[in-house]
Amino acid sequence: MDSALIPKGVKRCPLPVFAAGIAVVGAVVLWGVAGMLLCWLKGLNQTNMNDSYGFALWIWADLAVIAVGGGAFFTGFLRYIINKEELKNIVNFAVLVGVNCYVGALLILGIDVGQPLRGWFIFWHANVHSMLTEVAFCLSCYLGVLIIEYIPLVLENRQIDKVPFFHNLGHNMHEIMAVFAATGVFLSCFHQGSLGGVAGVLFGRPFSYREHLLVWPWTFFLFTWSAAAFGPCFTILCTKITEVITGKKLVKDNVIELLAKISGWMIFFYIIAKTTDTWYWAAHTAPAMGFELNDFYNNVLYGKWILYAEIIVGGFIPALILITKAGRRNPLLLWTAVLLATFGVCLNRWVMVCQTMAAPVLPFDKWVLYSPSWQEVSTTILPVALGIIVVSLSYRYLPVFPQEQELNPID
Amino acid sequence: MFPFSFEWAWDAAHIVFMGGLWYALSIVGLGMTYCIIKATIDTISGKGGNHH
Repeated sequence: MDSALIPKGVKRCPLPVFAAGIAVVGAVVLWGVAGMLLCWLKGLNQTNMNDSYGFALWIWADLAVIAVGGGAFFTGFLRYIINKEELKNIVNFAVLVGVNCYVGALLILGIDVGQPLRGWFIFWHANVHSMLTEVAFCLSCYLGVLIIEYIPLVLENRQIDKVPFFHNLGHNMHEIMAVFAATGVFLSCFHQGSLGGVAGVLFGRPFSYREHLLVWPWTFFLFTWSAAAFGPCFTILCTKITEVITGKKLVKDNVIELLAKISGWMIFFYIIAKTTDTWYWAAHTAPAMGFELNDFYNNVLYGKWILYAEIIVGGFIPALILITKAGRRNPLLLWTAVLLATFGVCLNRWVMVCQTMAAPVLPFDKWVLYSPSWQEVSTTILPVALGIIVVSLSYRYLPVFPQEQELNPID
Repeated sequence: MFPFSFEWAWDAAHIVFMGGLWYALSIVGLGMTYCIIKATIDTISGKGGNHH
């Protein structure tokens, strides 16, 4: 029925099967929309946030999707600025994943601000002393850049491409894509960094406070670095999941291996820097504020296990797998590495948001724990479900994977 | 947001923050304008009829 829209030379499942899959995910979207409407119509009393948790599940989800969505800017940087030719076969998908991550982040923020109709105040009445203003500027501009990077792919749809203007527009956008990619890198470096900077400047929260280089705390650099390092792992993970669902090989091994190798070395050096930062904070910064390391990890939920899980399980292990040729070439180890890496960066964001809120600050303080309401959970899952639908539609109707035809010839 | 806004001040924070924003927006806006104008000219001159 929709065969005229499907790219030439590739096979897709029948439309009813596709529609059934979309309907299942659509039900999850409806659940999320119900939570979203409750938050908008009744207010933030629908959440379990309180005076201790102004930042909670939503902000963690924001930071996590922005970190894993970093695969888009870093892959774009490698493809268009460093000129890694092989990555042209995965950059479309990296952009697609990035668009979904950033749409999700802004959607969650739109719910979290409680009064989205005044969202434009952040631009019009900008607080130029706030790192979050920089985040808001860069986040919204970068989503624009990502959409611009995604448009040429949409214009390559078989029917749209028949229109000469759209064909020419797509061609011209491809030609100057390096300019857009460079702008994306500029914007990404600042908003990723500023998200880390927000935690690092909290001198009233010794758990997350860090030493500074000029006005930037070390967390600024660690956040940017970690997004560039772990983002490509999430792109690989999504590619592998798509391959499993479609039952096809979509990207050649040499492309995945190159991205995995670069990501592995980035994670390796990042995790050394992170370990050094943690050691300096534990040995100098926190004691200077009257705290010992154990003060931050004497809770059942937030024990030292979380520190080891983040640095060793979600850092060193995936890095060591990915920097070795044998590790990258072994499918099971590659799966393990990208899963652990995604887990590691998400756990880092959880720690920097929620453990920061939970840890006692004063001698008479107790740990403050929090569990999200169903409205928070449903609205956090909403962008994931929307992302699945957008990826499914894109895969069905657009040439997302340039090597698909070659890897899966139709008899 | 703009120098003609009553909240504007000619200090480093405003110049860096808003300058960065307008810098990025200008590049993206000019880039897209170039692509659209060139696509229009190409289409008028008959390019894009044969597909790749």
